Amino acid sequence: MKPPPFKYHDPRTVAETVELLARNENAKILAGGQSLMPMLNMRYVQPDHVIDINRVEGLSYIREAGGRLEIGAMTRQREIEYADLVARRAPIVREAILNVGHRQTRNRGTLGGSLSHLDPAAELPLVSAALEATVHVQGPKGKRDIAMAEFPAGYMSPSIELDEMVIGVTLPVWPDGHGYGFVEFSRRHGDFAIVAAAVLLDVEAGGKIKRASVTVGGVGPSPVRCRDAEKALTGEKGAEAAFRAAAETCRTIDAMEDVYAPAWYRQHLATVMTRRAMVAAFGRAANAR
Amino acid sequence: MKDMRKVSVTVNGKSYAREVETRLLLSDFIRHELELTGTHVGCEHGVCGACTILLEGRTARSCLMLAVQVDGANITTVEGIAPSEKELHPLQQAFMDNHGLQCGYCTPGMLTTLIEFLQDNPDPTEHEVRVAISGNLCRCTGYQGIVDAALDAAKRLQGGKRA
Ligand code: FES
Ligand code: FES
Repeated sequence: MKPPPFKYHDPRTVAETVELLARNENAKILAGGQSLMPMLNMRYVQPDHVIDINRVEGLSYIREAGGRLEIGAMTRQREIEYADLVARRAPIVREAILNVGHRQTRNRGTLGGSLSHLDPAAELPLVSAALEATVHVQGPKGKRDIAMAEFPAGYMSPSIELDEMVIGVTLPVWPDGHGYGFVEFSRRHGDFAIVAAAVLLDVEAGGKIKRASVTVGGVGPSPVRCRDAEKALTGEKGAEAAFRAAAETCRTIDAMEDVYAPAWYRQHLATVMTRRAMVAAFGRAANAR
Repeated sequence: MKDMRKVSVTVNGKSYAREVETRLLLSDFIRHELELTGTHVGCEHGVCGACTILLEGRTARSCLMLAVQVDGANITTVEGIAPSEKELHPLQQAFMDNHGLQCGYCTPGMLTTLIEFLQDNPDPTEHEVRVAISGNLCRCTGYQGIVDAALDAAKRLQGGKRA
C-alpha cells in the first residue's frame, strides 16, 4: 500500500507541464490526487514520472464570460461547491458536487482531475455532459477545444493525447429560473453512484417544457444523453405520466455489467433516477406553477 | 537511485525540515519522520478517513498526499487541536462526555473532520452531522456517540447559544 518509486516533477506553468509530458514516457499528472493516489498506493498504476500540477499557476478560477461559466482545471471541488456564481448560474453543478466524495476529498479533488479520470459513474463528467461543456486542453502544439460529447474515447479514457492536459472547462448557462435535478443511487453516501441522472428543464410561462436535457451516468462507459427522453419531454406540462413515459425510454440504453450491478438493473435504475430528476427539475422551474 | 527532496513544513506550530523520498506518503511522513503518531492509518487508499489532517485549515486525507506536496505548508494534526497540555478542545471534551470513542482508532480523523465541519456549519442538524462523517469509518461506536458528541460540541462552541 505504498506508491512505487517514480521521478517527481513539480512544474510551475502549463507550458512546462506539457513539455514534461512530451519528454517523459509513462508519465502521470497528479492533480487533486483523490483517484490517482489510491491507484498509486495500490500500484494499479506504476508511472515512471509523476508530474504534480498543484503548483502550476493560473489553473484555478471560476468566472463568467459571454454568458458562460469558465472553471479552471485545478479548481477544487470545494471552491465550486461554495461559489455563489455557480449556485446562481449552474446550480446543477453544485447539486452534483454535494454527491462527490466527502468534504475531505472535495477539499483536494479538482474538476479537471475528475474529467481526466473519467470514471463512468462520476458526477462531474455527468453534469458536464448535461450542460454540453467544452473541455479546453493544451499540448506542445498549442490549445484545442473538445466538446464534452466527444471527450470520452472509451471506458475511463479521455480523447486527449499523452502529451496534452486539461486546462479548463466552459459551461453554457441555462436561462434564469430553469429547473434542475440531480439524483443518484449509491450504496453509501459519497460512493461513486451505481446510476446517476442529471436533468435540466427550460419551462416557459404557462408551464410548458421548452427544452430538456436528460443525461445518465453509470449506465454506459461514459455519460449518455437520453435524446428520446428529451424529445418526449418537450412540449409537456409536467404530468406524472409524461415523466414516467419519458423516463421509460432510458430502459434501452446499452448498459455495462459488473460486480456491482447487472445491465438490466442499471437500465431499471436509469428509468427511476431520470424520472426522479425530472420531477425535481420541474418542481424547481420558476414557470412550473 | 532514490528520488529525494527536502521538505520544510510547520506542524502544530512547530517547524520541521527533512529530506525524504518523493514517493513517501504524507501520512507516513507525519507518523514515521515527525513521530506524531496521533494521525492514524486505516486503509491507505482514501476510504476510512482515519488519516485526516488539517492542511491550511482544510481537511485532507494524508494517505492521499505525498510529503513533498506540503513543502512550505501549515498542518494541524490531532496533537495540535487542544488549547493546552491540560485542557481539551471542546470537541474532544464532548467526545469524552458522549461516548464518542471506544478504541480511539477513528478518533483523530473524526475530530479533524468535525472541527472543519463545525466551522463550515456551526449549527448542524443530526442528518448533516451524519453526512459530514460519512467518509470516516468507525468500527466500535455505531456512530451514535460520535453524532451526539458533534451536536453537543456545536452547542458548546457557540457558547450555549442554541437551546
Ligand atoms: S488511511 Fe487515509 S483514508 Fe484510510
Ligand atoms: S472508536 Fe474504535 S473505530 Fe471508532
